[in-house]
Amino acid sequence: MSFYGSLIDNSPAIIIAIPLAFAFLTPLIDRFLGKSIRNFWAVLGVLLAGIMTFVMAYEVLGTGNAIEYVFGGPNGMDFPLTGGHPVRITFYVDGMGAFMGLIMAVVSMAAVIYSVSFIKKFTGGEKYFTLLFLMLAANFGMVFTGDLFNLFVWFEVSSVAVCGLTVFRTNRGESFEGAAKYLIYCTIGGLLLLFAIGLLYGEYGHLNINMLGEAIAGSAASKGLIMTDKIVLGILVSVFALKAGSVPMHMATPDAYSEAPAPITAMFVTASQAGLYALFRTGFTLYGSNAFTYANDTFTVKLPDLLELVHVAGWIIIILGVLSMFVGVTLALVQKDIKRLMAYHAISQTGYMLLGVGVGMAVLATADFTEFGRTAMAGGIFHIFNHALYKGLLFLTAGAIIYKAGTRDLNKMGGLGRDMKFTAVFFIIGALAIAGVPPMNGFSSKLLIYESVFRFNPVIGAIAMLVSLLTLASFVKVFYSAFMGPKKKEMKGGEVPNSMLIGMAVLAGMIVVFSIAPSLVVRSLVDPAVEALTGVAGDTSRNLTLFTGEGAWNTIVFLGAVLMAVIVALILHSRGQKGTVPKGEGKKPYLWGNPTEIDGRPIVVPGSNVYWGFTQALKKYFDPMDRLHSGLINEYVFWLILMAGIVIATLGFWGVVF
Amino acid sequence: MERMSPVVRTVVKIAFAPMFAFGAYIILHGHLTPGGGFQGGAIIGSLMALYLVAFGATAWKKKLLSGLESGGLLVFIGTGILGLVSGLMFYNFLADSDIPIFNEAVPTMLGYTHSNWAPLWTGGTISVMNLAVGIEVIAGLTLIVITMGLFAFEGKEGG
Amino acid sequence: MLSNIPYLVVVALMVIGLYIILFKRNLIKLAMGITLLETGVNLFLITLAYRHGEVLHAPVFTSMILRNDTTFSLPTPHALTLTSIVIGVATTALLLTFFMQLYRKFKVSTTDDLRRLRG
Repeated sequence: MSFYGSLIDNSPAIIIAIPLAFAFLTPLIDRFLGKSIRNFWAVLGVLLAGIMTFVMAYEVLGTGNAIEYVFGGPNGMDFPLTGGHPVRITFYVDGMGAFMGLIMAVVSMAAVIYSVSFIKKFTGGEKYFTLLFLMLAANFGMVFTGDLFNLFVWFEVSSVAVCGLTVFRTNRGESFEGAAKYLIYCTIGGLLLLFAIGLLYGEYGHLNINMLGEAIAGSAASKGLIMTDKIVLGILVSVFALKAGSVPMHMATPDAYSEAPAPITAMFVTASQAGLYALFRTGFTLYGSNAFTYANDTFTVKLPDLLELVHVAGWIIIILGVLSMFVGVTLALVQKDIKRLMAYHAISQTGYMLLGVGVGMAVLATADFTEFGRTAMAGGIFHIFNHALYKGLLFLTAGAIIYKAGTRDLNKMGGLGRDMKFTAVFFIIGALAIAGVPPMNGFSSKLLIYESVFRFNPVIGAIAMLVSLLTLASFVKVFYSAFMGPKKKEMKGGEVPNSMLIGMAVLAGMIVVFSIAPSLVVRSLVDPAVEALTGVAGDTSRNLTLFTGEGAWNTIVFLGAVLMAVIVALILHSRGQKGTVPKGEGKKPYLWGNPTEIDGRPIVVPGSNVYWGFTQALKKYFDPMDRLHSGLINEYVFWLILMAGIVIATLGFWGVVF
Repeated sequence: MERMSPVVRTVVKIAFAPMFAFGAYIILHGHLTPGGGFQGGAIIGSLMALYLVAFGATAWKKKLLSGLESGGLLVFIGTGILGLVSGLMFYNFLADSDIPIFNEAVPTMLGYTHSNWAPLWTGGTISVMNLAVGIEVIAGLTLIVITMGLFAFEGKEGG
Repeated sequence: MLSNIPYLVVVALMVIGLYIILFKRNLIKLAMGITLLETGVNLFLITLAYRHGEVLHAPVFTSMILRNDTTFSLPTPHALTLTSIVIGVATTALLLTFFMQLYRKFKVSTTDDLRRLRG
């Protein structure tokens, strides 16, 4: 076998092995070779893992064949689909897994390059990189594994590593609080997951996800759905929704997000998305995709009971998604802490992904699926990548802002745009993308979601658009508070170090590429992922124009139109009267007719007062919300247990009581 | 941390050898009997905790322990990667091979009248990994105990 | 009936653990509650492992040869339990370290006082 062929065959294991080996060698290299070699080593490790992921994703997404890997077997061992007692760990990388692996690789590259300068002023850099590599390995493991128990192990490794990294700044007591809350949340979630795995193992004797899916379908065909199937689906949906950070199990997520160092928060987003991946894996591979067969553009339903269960689970995911979108964005509006604000936006954006894929689940194997369900799923899954890019970029810019401003309070910062021009540009790119402003990549994925969800349910589609508006409003506030206004005296001047800029530029460049050719990305990355989950191939007719079923979107045409408009405007401007420079009062900024200076100092509206009227008008909504986020971990766990109970009861008694 | 009374110290001194031997037994027989690297490592780790309680934590070298921790994990992952040479990741390339490290095959149980009887020099990479995990767990648990113990001491001193 | 007793113990352990997590405010008790919950889940996995009248493949529990008994224990759930115990040790140690550091920074020992991050 050729070297390339064996490299491809072993790629899932190599991608896990590289971060692990680099993680355990980092402390030794730091001790014996010094800090600069260690930084180089860390960047080398993440680049190697990234290149391997690209090679593997090229192969998997290009050929459409999944890579199956059995740990500990002899060369060329086949996938043990014959059954029996599972004694080997297996990896199974299909289109969805390769898609998620690409996300992890891109974001971790940016985060590590950014970290090189970022952690210079801290001690304990070798522990930082060790844990970062462990977290990267755990993220890769969660999305590559074909084994449910292995998934649990990586779930816990990811939680432990990320909590260890959250407390990297040991001088801040708050970071311990955030990490402790998140760890309690994740541990309880992980134990529920293990309980569900135990139930499945006791019932079917398998741990492999594909084999379990077939076993569930086989048992449903012979004796109907049993209670174990329903309860396990309920537990898995709640646990993975918890990991993804969806409302109302989101309570500890903003705490940990906002207290972690900025590059870690960027990777934290991908760790949460691994939970999202596991949720989709559960919904489709474990339950949904065995209930029907798809051939010649028609669905043949084999197991209506199982399919109905998946539809109900899809509706639960839709409801969780709508709650996440709305609660996340409204709570973000009132935040003063820049990273906490962005953390709530991360929750809000997670809602879009849940919504898109939830719609796909709710109409799975019906005629609506080819009408709009597939488009909704493509939008949701495309949004995962977009979200990782722009949210990672925004967290990195937040880190740069905090690095220079020395504070995370929006009211105390200002005028940073005068020195940090590159950071300001990166922030604008990220903010426009998250708000879904054309022509950014966030717009393309949200367009897919809007149009398909609108056909599914107009009210939900309208909520999705409203949330986008509120997102834009919130980032206008951040930009205003951080970059504009007069320069504060206590702020350090100058731009952030080069490695931080390069880290941000990696993600910003990816966003630009994704913005220019969204259709190509959807065709080459997203459609194989949808096909891996559902078995339904994507729209093969896609070229540079992105067809949404209702309409179409072409960035190049849009940019051409904008260019035309600019040219027309310039022509009109050049023909106008010269010399209309404002004089006198016209030079001063207009602030509602109020004086702009008091005692010779300019008046600045603090960031938290920008939407004062809005929050006052909705006091009846914000006050109870504030009380719900009480900071009391017992209550947070109560919400988790309550939500899991509701989900399990809904799924368990569906068709019996309801 | 302060040293404890002579009674405690003498008991720990007496118990040291048997406990260490028991832990080493569990680690070395990991591929034959219930147990393995983690369990044996935990036994020796608890011995280290006893030792720390009795004799104080100042004498211990944290750097050596964290080096041992990295080293154990490196041996583990390195054994896994070496499996790529002749098979898939974590392939047991030592069993039945010419490399004289635990290279005899584990005999099947059904031929023996006594349960769990087999030569120690078997198991291939499983035994190597058990040793690596054992070292890692001993170092890791001792580090945890030292960190927590030192914290409790400093906390008391700092008020 | 008698073989169901382990499952009852599992339920009892998990309910007690959840009760402690939900209603006790002391941080150390919280860690204890999580450990109890974990013990319950581990016991559940171990209990699942015992099978009657299946063919022996596992080299772990060999009473079939000695006592001509067809009860045997699957090795996989034991491996799962062991892994889960290891993970439990890691998370508990990390959690206790966080609590110790919180006590050192803020002198807090209950969840009531641990409410700096909210809203």
